[in-house]
Amino acid sequence: MTAPAPGREDRPEARRDRGRGSATTLTARDRARRAAGGDTTRSAPAPLLVPALLAVAFLLVPLLGLLLRAPWSDAWPILHGSRAGEALRLSLWTSTLATAIALVVGVPLAWVLARSSVPGLRLLRALVTLPLVLPPVVGGVALLMAFGRTGILGRYLDAWFGITLPFTSAAVVMAETFVAMPFLVVTVEGALRAADRGYEDAAATLGARRMTVFRRVTLPMVAPSLAAGAVLCWARALGEFGATITFAGSFPGRTQTMPIAVYYALETDPDAAILLGLVLLLVSVAVLVTLRERWVRGGVTS
Amino acid sequence: MTPATGTGGLAVEVTVHRGTFTLEASVTAAPGEVVAVLGPNGAGKSTLLGAVAGLVPVSGGRISLGENVLDDAASGRFVEAAERRVGVVFQDYRLFPHLGVLDNVAFGPRVRGRGRAAAREAARAWLDRLGLAELAGRRPDRLSGGQAQRVALARALAGDPDVLLLDEPLSALDARTRLDVQSELKDHLADFPGPCLVVTHDPLEALVLADRLVVLEHGRVVQEGPPAEVARRPATEYVARLVGLNLYAGRVDGGTVALADGGSLVVPDHDERGEVLVALRPSAVTVSTRPPQASSARNTWPATVAGLTLLTDRVRLDLEGAPSVLVDVTPAAVAELDLGPGRQVWLSAKAVDLEVYAREHPEPGGADRQ
Repeated sequence: MTAPAPGREDRPEARRDRGRGSATTLTARDRARRAAGGDTTRSAPAPLLVPALLAVAFLLVPLLGLLLRAPWSDAWPILHGSRAGEALRLSLWTSTLATAIALVVGVPLAWVLARSSVPGLRLLRALVTLPLVLPPVVGGVALLMAFGRTGILGRYLDAWFGITLPFTSAAVVMAETFVAMPFLVVTVEGALRAADRGYEDAAATLGARRMTVFRRVTLPMVAPSLAAGAVLCWARALGEFGATITFAGSFPGRTQTMPIAVYYALETDPDAAILLGLVLLLVSVAVLVTLRERWVRGGVTS
Repeated sequence: MTPATGTGGLAVEVTVHRGTFTLEASVTAAPGEVVAVLGPNGAGKSTLLGAVAGLVPVSGGRISLGENVLDDAASGRFVEAAERRVGVVFQDYRLFPHLGVLDNVAFGPRVRGRGRAAAREAARAWLDRLGLAELAGRRPDRLSGGQAQRVALARALAGDPDVLLLDEPLSALDARTRLDVQSELKDHLADFPGPCLVVTHDPLEALVLADRLVVLEHGRVVQEGPPAEVARRPATEYVARLVGLNLYAGRVDGGTVALADGGSLVVPDHDERGEVLVALRPSAVTVSTRPPQASSARNTWPATVAGLTLLTDRVRLDLEGAPSVLVDVTPAAVAELDLGPGRQVWLSAKAVDLEVYAREHPEPGGADRQ
């Protein structure tokens, strides 16, 4: 059974409307703007504009709350007393080390995913990007199952070398690398895929062997994306919470990173939590602004 | 790896499968010889170049340079692109965007093991030689098309290649620049001691630059020879159109050729038998509105004007008849004879203006191909 198409009945009316057309009033300013823009889609229609403004508000109001509620006058003594420096130092060096590790092994992985034709590549790609969507706590549990004292690898590390990874600073770096590396891999893989292979062919005809081509042509050409991926990776590592607290715990000075410190401070000293949060926000914004100006924008446009 | 043995002749006899496309071509170039590979888009020209450069592996056949076998499907020998001393000027130049002009040109010497300073010195020497010294500090995106083309040539030559390959070297240039670069390029190619292949779809480029032409169509060589010979006796419709001739296939019987597509032509004395091609210059046909006097030395036939195209100082008439023909007349003649689409005219062509020669290659794109 098919119902008659309703559109067919409506059509005569629609045609009548079209004949009349609809006029609008343009001020001189509107006209100038449309002329300059070269199109008529400059002003967003209300159904798009209202949700867009809501989204902006939703993103900015919490940050505003952080700024407004901060105990500015007592900032220094509170921060000093909360061992914030310790947590910040730990956060900075662990996330930087995690990014470095991600670069060393993640860039070759991105190359393999983008360029090689080994069987099962699709599955590999899906698995590699799994940490992007996996709840970080699950990642932490998984790391424990692998590297914990009774984990499938951890038990041998413990038995043979006496190495215990969980609840150490090394565990923090591992958790951060696990969660953040896919950001780098995905970004660089995309860039490698989009890069013009013609330049690599040209380099080969000039006598460059494959590793030389990679080092002197491929890498420099994806440099903007490499930087963007590293920034994303670093920022994700800096903010890592779930996997870290599960796999590394929260020992001040050893595994208590900034996000974990903020969380615990919220229970005991909300003012300190706000200030710690602001410090983290400041660091993130500073890095984003610095890098965006220098590389990231170039990577997006080129 | 066998070291390159100076400059020997290039001999290519290959089969390359790419998807449904098959290139089956044999091309040679002697040291110092410039061979143009001419063909329409999709004829397999770039694939051929890629095979010589080592970027496209061949499915069958063999590529050798002097004594040195670069690729041989039978023995399995394959010399990687990086190990071949092949200089390539790509159609889109492919100057590395992250390096300046000097370092682009120095790239070859550098990756072949010279120190940075020595490589740059070599690059500077090549830039000087090609009159590009003042561009050394530029970024590739700050070069004009003509400059980029010259830098790409300098980069290819700086690698000290045994063979030079140029892929549509002038096609990306505007008409004005093309003339300048063309004559310059011709001089540089003349200086190059090794064999040189120039791939192009532009007949003028091929005629100007090359000592010999190889015409490639649908992955096969349909004609080769000196430019003048190819221009005078085109083997296929494509080549005829490139050099601006009318071309007819037919069967010769004494003094007349029965044309495959209808009609017949009286031809001059010749030694050909059987299947032949007849070439006719568009300017050798006269157009009149009344039947001209027939004679044994002339061909006369009626035709209808199907279209007119203005070519700078002439008008090209597209005439339908048996045979159909392209004819060049003066704009004055168009006005005088009141020529327009649908107009009935009489054509005549002297037998001596017809070039008759044996049909050696069957036209590609025929029944055996899609």
